[in-house]
Amino acid sequence: MTLKKNFFVTTMLASAATAVSFLSAGAAQAQGALVMYCGVQEEWCRAMTTAFERETGIKVSMTRKSSGEIYAQVKAEAANPRADIWWGGTGDPHMQAAEENLTVDYKSPKLAELQDWAVRQWEQSKNKTVGIYSGALGFGYNTELIKSKGIEPKCWADLLDPKLKDEVQVADPNSSGTSYTLLATIIQLMGEDKGFEYLKALHKNINQYTKSGAAPAKAMALGETTVGIAFMHDIVTMVVDKAPVKVVAPCEGTGYEIGSMSIIKGAKNMDSAKKFYDWALTPDAQKLGAEAKSYQVPSNKNTPVPPQAPKLSEIKLINFDFAKYGSSDERKRLLSKWDNEVKNLPK
Amino acid sequence: MSRATLGWIVLGWIGYAVLPWYGFDRAVAPTLSEFVIGRSGLVLGLKGAWWLLPILLPLLMLLRPALRPDGALLARWLTGAGILGLLLILIQGFSIGLNGWTLDGLKAFFGEPGPRQAGMGYGAALTAASFLILLCHGLAARGWCRGDTFVTSSIGVVVALIIVFVFFPVSTILASAFGDDRGNFAPSLFIAKFTDRSIWGLDCLTGDLRCGVAWNTLFLGILVAFGTTALGLAFALIATRTTFRFKKLLRVMSVLPIITPPFVIGLALILLFGRSGALSAILYEWFGIPRSRWIYGLPGVFISQLLAFTPIAFLVLIGVVQGISPTLEEASQTLRAKSWTTFVTVTLPLMRPGLANAFLLGFVESLADFGNPLVLGGNYEVLSTKIFFAVVGAQQDQGRAAVLSIILLGFTLGAFWLQHAWLGKKVYTTVTGKGDAGIPLPLPRRVALASYLTAIPWALFTIVIYAIILVGGFVRSMGRDYTPTLDHFLTAFRVERAEWGLYFSGSAWNSFFATVKVAALSAPLTAAIGLLTAYLLTRQRFSGQRAFEFGTLLSFAIPGTVVGVSYILAFNVPPIEITGTGFILVMCFVFRNMPVGVRSGIATLSQIDKSLDEASLTLGARSFTTMRRIVLPLLRPAIVASLVYSFVRAMTAVSAVIFLVTAEYNMATTYIVGRVEAGEFGLAIAYSTVLIVVMLLAIVAIQFAVGERRLGRRSATASTAPLAVQATP
Repeated sequence: MTLKKNFFVTTMLASAATAVSFLSAGAAQAQGALVMYCGVQEEWCRAMTTAFERETGIKVSMTRKSSGEIYAQVKAEAANPRADIWWGGTGDPHMQAAEENLTVDYKSPKLAELQDWAVRQWEQSKNKTVGIYSGALGFGYNTELIKSKGIEPKCWADLLDPKLKDEVQVADPNSSGTSYTLLATIIQLMGEDKGFEYLKALHKNINQYTKSGAAPAKAMALGETTVGIAFMHDIVTMVVDKAPVKVVAPCEGTGYEIGSMSIIKGAKNMDSAKKFYDWALTPDAQKLGAEAKSYQVPSNKNTPVPPQAPKLSEIKLINFDFAKYGSSDERKRLLSKWDNEVKNLPK
Repeated sequence: MSRATLGWIVLGWIGYAVLPWYGFDRAVAPTLSEFVIGRSGLVLGLKGAWWLLPILLPLLMLLRPALRPDGALLARWLTGAGILGLLLILIQGFSIGLNGWTLDGLKAFFGEPGPRQAGMGYGAALTAASFLILLCHGLAARGWCRGDTFVTSSIGVVVALIIVFVFFPVSTILASAFGDDRGNFAPSLFIAKFTDRSIWGLDCLTGDLRCGVAWNTLFLGILVAFGTTALGLAFALIATRTTFRFKKLLRVMSVLPIITPPFVIGLALILLFGRSGALSAILYEWFGIPRSRWIYGLPGVFISQLLAFTPIAFLVLIGVVQGISPTLEEASQTLRAKSWTTFVTVTLPLMRPGLANAFLLGFVESLADFGNPLVLGGNYEVLSTKIFFAVVGAQQDQGRAAVLSIILLGFTLGAFWLQHAWLGKKVYTTVTGKGDAGIPLPLPRRVALASYLTAIPWALFTIVIYAIILVGGFVRSMGRDYTPTLDHFLTAFRVERAEWGLYFSGSAWNSFFATVKVAALSAPLTAAIGLLTAYLLTRQRFSGQRAFEFGTLLSFAIPGTVVGVSYILAFNVPPIEITGTGFILVMCFVFRNMPVGVRSGIATLSQIDKSLDEASLTLGARSFTTMRRIVLPLLRPAIVASLVYSFVRAMTAVSAVIFLVTAEYNMATTYIVGRVEAGEFGLAIAYSTVLIVVMLLAIVAIQFAVGERRLGRRSATASTAPLAVQATP
């Protein structure tokens, strides 16, 4: 007897409570509010949120997701946008969103203080997304595991060494922007045909194409792989965490990502979004990255570059063509070519 | 006319004339006068929202049976008004959107942009519900389902919910399989994507190339389904049919994996078997076995899925094993059958519904699993991760995701069909009103031995995995630095004593509270809807029953990512605008997890003799009373199973909610995924440990609240010691 009563009473109460407590809750739309999708690490997102709230009194609702997830969500919500600003995360999805008209153009008064690459990102996207930080692609190796191999890779070419068979890890470009950056970098360094030859040769040394771009850095720190290709700042995070890992800036030169920021089209808190946009480009805001253990290079010229960050001046950077390699047609072509010609090769 | 019918007519009027028709702008709290009458459908309709006025017509139609209740045309008036009302609400809801007309034809005819309206609110929901129920009452009055209003209404409600929360969103996204990037209809593109070699290639048979992702998924699913069913059966037999001394421990061990957040088992396996894992190091140092990366790929995913899904098989099978009446087995032995023969020819066939359901669940779970392949998959790709990255990865190809989902769906439905074919029309009833000796026969020796040999090593293995997880939360960095620390817990769950009370300053509290709230709300709803559906499927006969059953399985078969994206696509715009609320999370969980309630309900119900219900009905009880007083108490194992499962699932699901969380309703798992992505395994494991403890407490509470099923003198659990955690009776 008690059972069924309990059961039904609970059910009824639950239904009632669900209806009452939820239907009226949700995203904030009042004045002085901001809904932000944040594409970097949690600490950094939180630091930005609280600092901006303290500075302006605007209440920020922040959701952290990977930049691919944010893009998918912004696209799905296009008919009735929930977010106001999309801050951080690699530039490709931002460019894609700009191409598909999911974001709006805005010219910040702070634009003049930015590095050239950040402004170029803004121009290439027809003023719809701006660079907030950048990080170079590179690789690293586990200093303990490398001893037995008798090699110290310094260049992209060194990674083809047969001694490193099954010892290199990189993400799958289909799932990770990091790895797509590698694909585009190699092609821009060597030309498309030679580039694909290189990737095919590299395939023999790859032990796993991971899903997430930063995974090789972690696997390296844990000793699961000897060499990992990733963004250098992700590897630096492992070094700061005292993992036996060394970061390498490839001698031939390398590509880079531009972490970006866009205002969502149809944002319900446009004024707050613009306020945040301007604020996020100031040195004070950009300093927060290093404090949150993220060592990207900030885009404002006046922001102190964190001492741990890989010095962009000491890295040979290629002139990365974001417009070409960020366009969805070129991306689809290269990815399916990679799928057919590289990924399916026997080891 | 019954009082219930009258009540629903009144509710329909309240929904239309009193409660606010539209949802509220969330930041602006409504005043009382706005809430009552001020913004009702009737008032708004008179003020200019003319499209709401036609709804008045069916409501007026309802007045006729209400005023002249004994009219012979009662049924016709109710059905007519119900259908008309629902149609009107649907038509106005879907043709007028946030930005005017939604259909191009309407725009062309009436001019742009046309009238606008927001998402439906309490009033609209109540009125629609009342039309639906009255329609069902009308159908019952016309003689459907032997004129039983409870049955027709239940069917109506479940069907409507499934249409709204399963078919509607899923069809939105599947439609994109047939379109190109810009939304145009492109069937040739669909065929090209569908027949892609990366999906169906068979190169692994002929050379050392890779096979298509569809074959990988299928192979893994079948392996896991066999494995979990066998292990689950071993555990169930030991738990019910032997005098094994550590039964309780065995049960705890078998239940732990189900309450473990995703990624954690995978992480533990890496820390154990990875190239620099603890066990690999021992093997290398003691036996000289070279360290390798074998765990990444099929073996790793297989082991982690076995760990994760064996408990589901166990939960399904234990109810079935326990429900088998000893009478038939005794009869067999009286006829001089050896205990082995009895087991093979009597006991095992009687378990067929349980085995088939366990197999089906294992298979479907493996297909839909996302966390384990993500961490351990290596180069072994499966559909679920492929779909996720088709949506969020560098290709950003939603159409491809939809195509892959269709394949995944095809596999699941194939399994469902096979299960039906195998079970056939045989009868598995063993719980009858007749008395029996009540003491189950001991297992034949070789079966007992086989069970021990599979279950005990597996339980030990589980213990090792959990030891690693436990340690992981308390050391600085698992695998590198074993200095003990409490830092991870402090970062996540710090509580400070401020002057005005306790201040929860830890970074995890926010998501923790939201998760517990959503899980606690969705569990009873899931169990109620699931068991009601199971009851309708096994105890009632109505046309379209198979389609109905198929509908309940659908949401389970579709991978979480697809469900997540489809919920955004479907529920971000009027008429049902609920994204950003906790309600959408609850609904998502209810309809994703409902199939487990349905399956375990069906498995248990098919054992209970219909004559028990019939006796109750013959004695004059209505079917609602029969359900309450006869069926439900016998269903306790299924109730516990579905409550536990849905609570736990709501706390551990990742892929479906990753698109639905907001700043306000962030879920624990998305927080954990973020930690794992950032490489903070310690914090992730610490948070997971806390979640495990919470779920254990919840399971104990559910067990305590629902109680045990007693069948004659068969003892469900050998002792009544309350300390052990039992997810099962």
